[in-house]
Amino acid sequence: MSFLNNVITGISLGSIYAIIALGYTMVYGIAKMLNFAHGDVIMVGAYVCFFATGSFGLHPVAGVLLAMVVCTILGMVIEGLAYKPLRQAPSLAVLITAIGVSWFLQNSAQLLWGAAPKVFTPVVSGGLSIFGGQLNISYVTILTVASCLVIMAVLSAFIGKGKMGKAMRACSEDKGAAQLMGINVNSTISMTFAIGSALAAIAGVLMCSAYPTLMPTTGSLPGIKAFTAAVFGGIGSVPGAFVGGLLLGIIEIFAKAYISTDLSDAIVFLALIIVLLVKPSGLLGKYVPEKV
Amino acid sequence: MSKQYPKPKLVPVPSTNIIPERDVDKSPILECRHLGIDFGGLSAVSDFNMAIGRTEIAGLIGPNGAGKTTVFNLLTKVYQPTRGTIMLDGRDTHSMTTAQVNRAGIARTFQNIRLFSKLSVEDNVKIGLHNQAAYPMWSGILRLPSYWHKEKVAHEMALELLSIFDMQDLADHQAGSLPYGAQRRLEIVRALATAPSLLLLDEPAAGMNPSETAELMDNIVKIRDTFQIAIMLIEHDMNLVMGICEGICVLNFGKIIAKGTPAEIQANPAVIEAYLGKKKEA
Amino acid sequence: MTAMKQARRLRKATVNSFINYAIVIVAFIILQILLGQDMISNSIQSMLVPVCCYIVMAVSLNLTVGILGELSLGHAGFMSLGAFSGIIVSTALKDVVEAEPLRLLLAMLVGAVMGGIGGVIVGLPVLRLRGDYLAIVTLAFGEIIKNVIMVLYVGIDGDGLHMATKEANLTLAEDGIAIIKGPMGAVGVTKIASFTAGFILILVTLFVVQNLVDSRAGRAILSLRDNRIAAESCGINVTKYKLMAFVVSAVLAGAAGALYGLNYSSTVASKFDFNTSILVLVYVVLGGLGSIRGSIIAAAILTMLPEMSFMRSSSLKDYRMLLYAVILILVMLASNNPVLRNAFGSVSKKFKSSKKQEGGAAQ
Repeated sequence: MSFLNNVITGISLGSIYAIIALGYTMVYGIAKMLNFAHGDVIMVGAYVCFFATGSFGLHPVAGVLLAMVVCTILGMVIEGLAYKPLRQAPSLAVLITAIGVSWFLQNSAQLLWGAAPKVFTPVVSGGLSIFGGQLNISYVTILTVASCLVIMAVLSAFIGKGKMGKAMRACSEDKGAAQLMGINVNSTISMTFAIGSALAAIAGVLMCSAYPTLMPTTGSLPGIKAFTAAVFGGIGSVPGAFVGGLLLGIIEIFAKAYISTDLSDAIVFLALIIVLLVKPSGLLGKYVPEKV
Repeated sequence: MSKQYPKPKLVPVPSTNIIPERDVDKSPILECRHLGIDFGGLSAVSDFNMAIGRTEIAGLIGPNGAGKTTVFNLLTKVYQPTRGTIMLDGRDTHSMTTAQVNRAGIARTFQNIRLFSKLSVEDNVKIGLHNQAAYPMWSGILRLPSYWHKEKVAHEMALELLSIFDMQDLADHQAGSLPYGAQRRLEIVRALATAPSLLLLDEPAAGMNPSETAELMDNIVKIRDTFQIAIMLIEHDMNLVMGICEGICVLNFGKIIAKGTPAEIQANPAVIEAYLGKKKEA
Repeated sequence: MTAMKQARRLRKATVNSFINYAIVIVAFIILQILLGQDMISNSIQSMLVPVCCYIVMAVSLNLTVGILGELSLGHAGFMSLGAFSGIIVSTALKDVVEAEPLRLLLAMLVGAVMGGIGGVIVGLPVLRLRGDYLAIVTLAFGEIIKNVIMVLYVGIDGDGLHMATKEANLTLAEDGIAIIKGPMGAVGVTKIASFTAGFILILVTLFVVQNLVDSRAGRAILSLRDNRIAAESCGINVTKYKLMAFVVSAVLAGAAGALYGLNYSSTVASKFDFNTSILVLVYVVLGGLGSIRGSIIAAAILTMLPEMSFMRSSSLKDYRMLLYAVILILVMLASNNPVLRNAFGSVSKKFKSSKKQEGGAAQ
């Protein structure tokens, strides 16, 4: 039974990684940049929900919605102020700027809300107990996995079918050509950041419901891991983020349970390196040969 | 344009190829047999058979998208061929990397110029001389005598090579700041610096005016005569191709549609059709 | 005439290197005089060795990022390898080699070798990857090193070195001492690092990096950055020269790590995490990619700045990191946005055109 429990915990953690990874992968696919500040948007989302439900006594659903609104606006503001002016700049410059934004968010959070960890109240409590108490599934886990599936389905439909989704795919293929076809590249990129940040808010709330310690640095390590999940699955690919996130979560929990708690991060990163060496573009990524 | 370059008689060699008569007692420098590559199921080049004599100037022509640059990329192993063999000086290049192919004797220029644009003209040539004036890394760090000696050799060789195109005075300029024509010439110099036995030129005359092209034609012949190497070029300028090439190979949709001397090619109905389209039935 | 030109050109590259040596030497002499006059506050004195380490880190990372053109986000991992192997060597040789400078030298050499071995292990498989993938793998590697050292227990007794992954498994004789204690890191380290050693390490780093860049191998490395495919078609072995730059960079980082580790009585592995790698990368980028001098100056100023008295005043203290973040963003925007750059254009035009001529070569 402990094996099954581990699988479930792994899937739950993996679902959170997958939701965060979606934000990374969409932004990378379209803006071709590593948005290192994405993990800190998660943290902001969690704080907003924490204060909305805790200090202002809002209903958890309202808290999540508020967090999504705040993060969406935050994502678009960050994009507009920090990344948009660097559209033509070398990718390293954008990366460093993203790191600056990440520091900015972490330190602002520390000034506003203090460095001391806060105990996050899960948005739902309780859980299912089956097989006579041998297998416990909390409602948070169910909610997490369900949210991840719904988000995946909606996002795939949105990108695959909708007009905006078509614009996004066009931008990720060739920004210049997309612009010539009358697509507003700037607003498409802005939209991508908005969606990614809204997802980050959801991920933040779910993550802090499962692991209820909230600090200004809460988002950074999950952010890095979700990013590796995106690379793992093939960056730029939405199903890749899903597969990568799930696998990474399961690997992490299994490493913790059966190998070593202290080395679980090392094992996760080792798995990433091995995958990249065997398949340099990630599990579901497309290999794009260089044009000569 | 009216200048005449002597053309040798082309004679057949084994494996249904032709090379100039003067090279016939030596084995061809390059021999491709049934060379082909697929991109995602689509055949970009197929059944490419060709031989080039030791001192031949060969032309590779064809409409846009015919697969000419792909052939160059196959020869230099930028792409690994799906089928067929490339024999360079009697050696199969199957397991070689681009760098190894260069060391084995093929140097090239690129259609869209690929200089080290942030480095100086002289450094560009010196990078071409990388395997000509070699010394180990620690010798460079510790400034051992071999560093000073080889650097001096490289410097002198670079200036000498640049003087082919009368560019020695530009040695200190940044490569990216040179005018377009000079950049093309610098790319040829850099390729020559690697001491090739076969030089591949990808549209050397692109963007040049007629007088520049005429000068380039003289220089290509001069390079061949001085270094005694084979040259294969892709070019759309028919004056250049018909003027200096001895053997010409016409490619269309990845397949060779004609091979022969300039005169033969000019009279070949398949070539005319490929370039001008099918004549309407009257 | 060409001979004269050659002499002039050579002088330019050499002059640039010598200016860098001169800057470092003059700074060292001035600091020594100030130290002699007791005019430097304790907090700054304590920063002198770390500043040297960070300068070496920045210059060596510049070799990978600025000169080779590959993004590495795990440079602190090599520093970590150097730090802990340096600490082990120094502690192990405490009774054998009495002279501290010699022991420090040995520790730094071993640190450098360990850094180099790490560089080969990471570089060999990883340098096949391109661009962002390489960045993410170096990041992963840095985290792995941190993680592994955090579960490592190393001790020494009469029988020699002992290693274990659990504290209970580390059985030492009575006279034995535990050098590295898992998450607590290395404790009870004898501090033998000195400012002079740091100064010499910077000079050695400059010597290695500048001479390397201004040689055949350096040109090959630069050519890979400018145009990999053209470099390959010039017969340059991509893997060899990528690995060369990467390993030289890791060797120097290992030496810097050893010096850094021996400057404190205790060191934890989490000191060398992703954030440290990023910090060094920020020095490199702000100093200017490919510019050795820029790396030295940026690393020195940015490491020292938090220790300056005005930055330590209570009113600024809380906002210090926030200020850093804002400055970092603004500098990146100002130096990379075409509109903003044109606004500064008239002022910096002269500066920029002179920079352009120097090209990508190290200054």
